[in-house]
Amino acid sequence: MEHVKQIAHEHYDPEASKIGMWLFIFTELLLFGVLFVIYSVYRYLNHGAFELAAEELDPFIGAVNTVILLISSMTIAMSTTSLQKRNRNFTLLLTGTTFVLGVVFLVNKYFEWSGKFDHGIFPGSEYLINNFSQGEILFFGLYFIMTGLHALHIIIGLTLIGIVIWRVSTGTINADRPVLLENTGLYWHLVDIIWIFLFPLFYLII
Amino acid sequence: MSFISIEQEANYLEHKGKFSGLLGWIFSTDHKRIGLLYLYSMAAMFLVGASLGLAMRFELLAPGKTVMDAQAYNATFTLHGVIMIFMVVIPGLPAVFGNFFLPIMIGAKDVAFPRLNLLSWWFYVLGVLLVISALLFGPGTPDTGWTFYAPYSFRTGTNLLPAIFGAFVLGFSSILTGLNFLVTIHRLRCPGMKWSKMPLFVWTLYATAWIQLLATPVVGITLVLVALERLFMVGIFDPALGGDPILYQHLFWIYSHPAVYVMILPALGIISEIIPTFSQKHIFGYKAIIASTMAIAFVGYLVWGHHMFTAGMSGTAQYYFSLLTFLVAIPSAIKVFNWISTMYKGSINIQTPFLWAVSFIFVFMIGGLSGLVVGSLAANVYVHDTYFVVAHFHYIVFGGTGFAFLGAMHYWFPKMFGRMYDKAWANIGWLIFFIGFLALYSPMFYLGMQGMPRRYYDYLEEFHGGNIIATIGSWVLITGFIIILANLITSARKGEKVGKNPWNSKTLEWTVPSPPPLENFDEIPVLEEKDGPYNYD
Repeated sequence: MEHVKQIAHEHYDPEASKIGMWLFIFTELLLFGVLFVIYSVYRYLNHGAFELAAEELDPFIGAVNTVILLISSMTIAMSTTSLQKRNRNFTLLLTGTTFVLGVVFLVNKYFEWSGKFDHGIFPGSEYLINNFSQGEILFFGLYFIMTGLHALHIIIGLTLIGIVIWRVSTGTINADRPVLLENTGLYWHLVDIIWIFLFPLFYLII
Repeated sequence: MSFISIEQEANYLEHKGKFSGLLGWIFSTDHKRIGLLYLYSMAAMFLVGASLGLAMRFELLAPGKTVMDAQAYNATFTLHGVIMIFMVVIPGLPAVFGNFFLPIMIGAKDVAFPRLNLLSWWFYVLGVLLVISALLFGPGTPDTGWTFYAPYSFRTGTNLLPAIFGAFVLGFSSILTGLNFLVTIHRLRCPGMKWSKMPLFVWTLYATAWIQLLATPVVGITLVLVALERLFMVGIFDPALGGDPILYQHLFWIYSHPAVYVMILPALGIISEIIPTFSQKHIFGYKAIIASTMAIAFVGYLVWGHHMFTAGMSGTAQYYFSLLTFLVAIPSAIKVFNWISTMYKGSINIQTPFLWAVSFIFVFMIGGLSGLVVGSLAANVYVHDTYFVVAHFHYIVFGGTGFAFLGAMHYWFPKMFGRMYDKAWANIGWLIFFIGFLALYSPMFYLGMQGMPRRYYDYLEEFHGGNIIATIGSWVLITGFIIILANLITSARKGEKVGKNPWNSKTLEWTVPSPPPLENFDEIPVLEEKDGPYNYD
């Protein structure tokens, strides 16, 4: 056992972990990039319908969620600095705030989605197929896929932040081994920046 | 560099870790054990895929229904394609030989993330099980072909969802392996191992890893969209709801064409290792080979449209894709010239790996040149979806990657197991396999030119002759393969023991004992100015 631990320590390379995270972020960007390409193609082909469908979405809720995510990105960035200054409690407070803000985002999203479902707007619904044009059906299809996939990333991010909170409190993440917190922060910023593009594409361009 | 002390240490095969027996393998984070895990699971999947291929060839022995009807045939070629592409040739060389030799060749003790490496293998197994479950459970085996083309992929009544999710998970495994290799190459090269001193196999793994990383997410999300289409009718690829099935084809091939280079680039790297070793001569044009590797990887991203010349595409786009496709031929030809020039005036030692390498060059050239035929616009319309295309990609994917795989197997076998195989049987196996390969796929070029379409269980009487030769070829090929396999399996236990460097090669993996000890090197090697992967005097 002792031998194994020694090897594990030898392999610890924070620089490698960071490069790995950046490479993983590339793959995530490509994943969403495909969806943005599909969005562009269909927006180009169904210009009017996309404008019409976008009016069904409430820019206010979208704006609130944007502000929530921006603040949460700020708090997790601050938590990295706080960890470097060896202030464990403040780090916990900041990562905890990020976690809560992420949950609030999801709650908002839940009410927004269920509002759409109540109006019969969801993929495959009779109401949608009978009352809306093909361009509008595509808009809502993309809306649910892209915000849904984004919400899935928020959930993954929240899981990571949960692990970070636990490990900061037990001290396995500390000023000398901050990589997991830093990488979680990077991931959270990625989730944030994808939303920064989703928000105008679905809510603002009318 | 001294390795005297390490010779007494247990090698990676005998090492006792936290677990013993099978658990000691499936929970091992040692890159060499993971490489062998991939080797065994892939060999099993290859045998399944090859059996399906044999069954197809048997059906095509005579026109009309021989052993299976149309639906069974459709399911068979779908599974053959999914298994061979996603489970054997795409992960093939990087996951087996990359895992085993990349760290040793750059003088490292392991990959950058050993646990992530094990996780990749677990994802691989999970993906395999998901695909197999589509076969065993639910309403019928998938019958879409390995391409899952829309809109049929969400209209077919067969059990497609597990197959799609399986392919997605296999893609995830591929991404994580690529990520791991990139970080390993950037961070763990030993002192003195400059980029200009890396073995060419490592260079090709580097290019491959970038493709795995940057292309696989595209097919991942595309497959998810097909699944969502089946589950919720989101409309993205469904023409009835305003979607565009051609868009699916674009997105699919944006990944799946670069995936062809995931298959072939490491094969080119392996040939670039074998030829200098058995010519005992510095590789000719080291930098040209690196440049051509990177050029193939880069241009390979931009040619996906040549799979869709007849699917509906503007003339401008067709010219562009056809031109770029022709450009890929240039770096490929550069490599062939370099290999031949390496052999020129070398002291050639004809051993089994060298025979595989030379026959690789032969089939790779036929496959590559026939690629120019299908890549040119007018000829493509004529041979599209005929057996000419089947012959072309089997010459590249099976003839290229498969020959390189078996070449690598015979080249590195003494290092992996510490024993030498029976060389006479290995050569006999190679010869029978090679003859069988030529008999199996060469008639398909002719059948395709005659107009025999692919993916049908039946054909007209005029195609009978070529099909008989091909089917007999498939029996010869599998006989050769069984000889090779039996020879390797028995030799792994009973072969003659070998020393560190049976081939007198210069790359780092030949400086450690065979089989290598747990952490490869007792101290990290240091390369000096005169050292190099191909510095033969």
